[in-house]
Amino acid sequence: MISQILFIILAITGTALFTYNVRKVIRNIKLGKATNRSDKPQERLITMLKVAFGQTKMAVRPVPFLLHLVVYLGFVIINLEVLEIIIDGVFGTHRVFVGLGGFYNFLIGSFELLAAGVWLACAVFLIRRNILKLKRFSGVEMKSWPKSDANLILITEILLMSAFLMMNAADAKLQALSVAHYTPAGAFPVSTWLQSLLPNQVSSLIFIERFCWWFHIIGIFGFLNYLPYSKHFHIMLAFPNTYFSKLQPKGEFSNMASVTNEVKAMLDPSFAPTQTTSGKFGAKDINDLTWVNLLNAYTCTECGRCTSVCPANLTGKLLSPRKIMMDTRDRMEEVGKNIDQHGADHQDGKSLLDDYISREEIWACTSCNACTEACPVNIDPLEIITELRRYAVMEESVAPASINAMLGNIENNGAPWKYSPADRFNWSEGS
Amino acid sequence: MQGNERSTIHITPNAILKEMEFKVPTMAELVAAGEEPEILFWVGCAGSYDERAQKITRDICKILHHVGLKYAVLGTEESCTGDPAKRAGNEFLFQMQAMTNIEVLNAYNIKKIVTGCPHCFNTIKNEYPGLGGTYEVIHHSQLIQDLINQGKLKAEGGESFKGKKITYHDPCYLGRANGVYEAPRKALEVLDAELVEMKRCKANGLCCGAGGAQMFKEPEKGDKDINIERVEEALLIEPHFIAAGCPFCMTMLNDGVKLKDKEQEVKVLDIAEITVRANGL
Repeated sequence: MISQILFIILAITGTALFTYNVRKVIRNIKLGKATNRSDKPQERLITMLKVAFGQTKMAVRPVPFLLHLVVYLGFVIINLEVLEIIIDGVFGTHRVFVGLGGFYNFLIGSFELLAAGVWLACAVFLIRRNILKLKRFSGVEMKSWPKSDANLILITEILLMSAFLMMNAADAKLQALSVAHYTPAGAFPVSTWLQSLLPNQVSSLIFIERFCWWFHIIGIFGFLNYLPYSKHFHIMLAFPNTYFSKLQPKGEFSNMASVTNEVKAMLDPSFAPTQTTSGKFGAKDINDLTWVNLLNAYTCTECGRCTSVCPANLTGKLLSPRKIMMDTRDRMEEVGKNIDQHGADHQDGKSLLDDYISREEIWACTSCNACTEACPVNIDPLEIITELRRYAVMEESVAPASINAMLGNIENNGAPWKYSPADRFNWSEGS
Repeated sequence: MQGNERSTIHITPNAILKEMEFKVPTMAELVAAGEEPEILFWVGCAGSYDERAQKITRDICKILHHVGLKYAVLGTEESCTGDPAKRAGNEFLFQMQAMTNIEVLNAYNIKKIVTGCPHCFNTIKNEYPGLGGTYEVIHHSQLIQDLINQGKLKAEGGESFKGKKITYHDPCYLGRANGVYEAPRKALEVLDAELVEMKRCKANGLCCGAGGAQMFKEPEKGDKDINIERVEEALLIEPHFIAAGCPFCMTMLNDGVKLKDKEQEVKVLDIAEITVRANGL
């Protein structure tokens, strides 16, 4: 009875804390500007099903694709087992779904195989990061917290899976010993191999079974509450992020409506804009970006596929698309903390541009879209880079001298080079 | 790369220009004669002023002329689409250019446009409709593919590419940006040449380094220039030709080949130039 009450308290606290943190994340995302992504719901749904649910963009790299698939399926499917654990925890039952009969055995058997798969995949992931030291997982932005974050996630998953399998092993042994409460249920293709590691004493077995059960479920609630602070948040946000992702051709940059009004008024003095323009052009800080840009930042799991194909990064430039996303998230969380501590109007004198992302980074981008193509969850670092450039050029008139010269040429000659418009058709002469 | 090499271009004195056997019609002339073209050829700034790209421009005209498609160019009425301004972040200048161009295009009642540059292609196709300019826009490699499919263009009567090793470099604004991967390859497939893909091709193609207004500035400091990285990858194949579909890629790849001292062994040619050569136009 006491354990049931403890469990209910754990479940309620865990869920409440998670809800509280998620609301904070949603508040932070809403710091971004409005943009309409409610069009074409069907196409959006299909994109989400394909890219997030179907993992289509992961398949480009077969090894991590397969390993990740095991962990992903493990996450989705083993969570069915969590449902049983919660019911057992609340009502003090033992394997409440046993009524499913042969299908139950099939389920538990599959969970065990998946758990072993997840365990192995996470071990390989740890090896890839820490022993093989894959280039994709290094880089200036991957020091300190991001590095520990990744390892912490993998180790936690290994511990959770170990607890799950040990719990089953002890349970099966107790079932075999016909101990009361431990009615026979489940098939244990993996944990049966662990049974020899366990003692034969009933009290020790019950202790181990209970310990693993509690460890596993506390771990799950703990992990749930870790998500909003971690890159691992992608396991949830990948779905809304792909749903709200850009559907237009990659090459299509948004036309700024505020500029359209001004340009129309310039070209036609009789034009009266339907809406008054306000605010600044482009983005200096996170609240100048759209909520989709900010959702992107929370979704990024720092896998580095973007950076590994970025032509600027590949040739040793400072730009790393992954860092653009991580900086955006870090700055957003900083602004969020400021709001919590000092109220909504607090200014800390810092901004995303310059304090986090340097001019050198934004001007190194070739807008080639390799990063957006590579991202398995349709994150768009290019849009953030473009917004920062817009701010630099339109609000500050600060750009590399050669860019200013090019812009001047277009303005004066209708070409990015310093040649007369009268000479534009010279190529055809002699005909 | 030193100095403003990539952006240094010269207007070719008329005398050096190879004689073209036909006159390139302008919209103004067609309208004056009470005629309408089937398609407008949007030349672009590089195609108009860059000496190397001018050659590609003339070759696109030769193809249009050869197949008897009724076309016209805007001539001096054309102006920059605004692409580099937009990528550099100057939305004002972009929209000024766009709206001025749209005014001209709409005044001529243009329906269909072929461009000689993927950047112009992307901008007019994707970014002009929202500003009042909606046209059917194709890149010249798509025109060539169409003409091949219709049987109007073959690969005969000219230079033989048989057995020659060709690799195609995907321009970002044609490939990833707009999903056009097959059209330029189609133009190469008819040659009976040996087409070899680079490791990074199609959706994974590596940028030449010119996009996003990089064409007009020095690169940020790093270990290497992007075009060198790309050319090194192409040279691994030991091709006779690197095929391009973009005047900016052309400049970058040419510079890279020169820097690698491979000008004699490897030629960088546009899809249109290859087509013209294969057909002896």
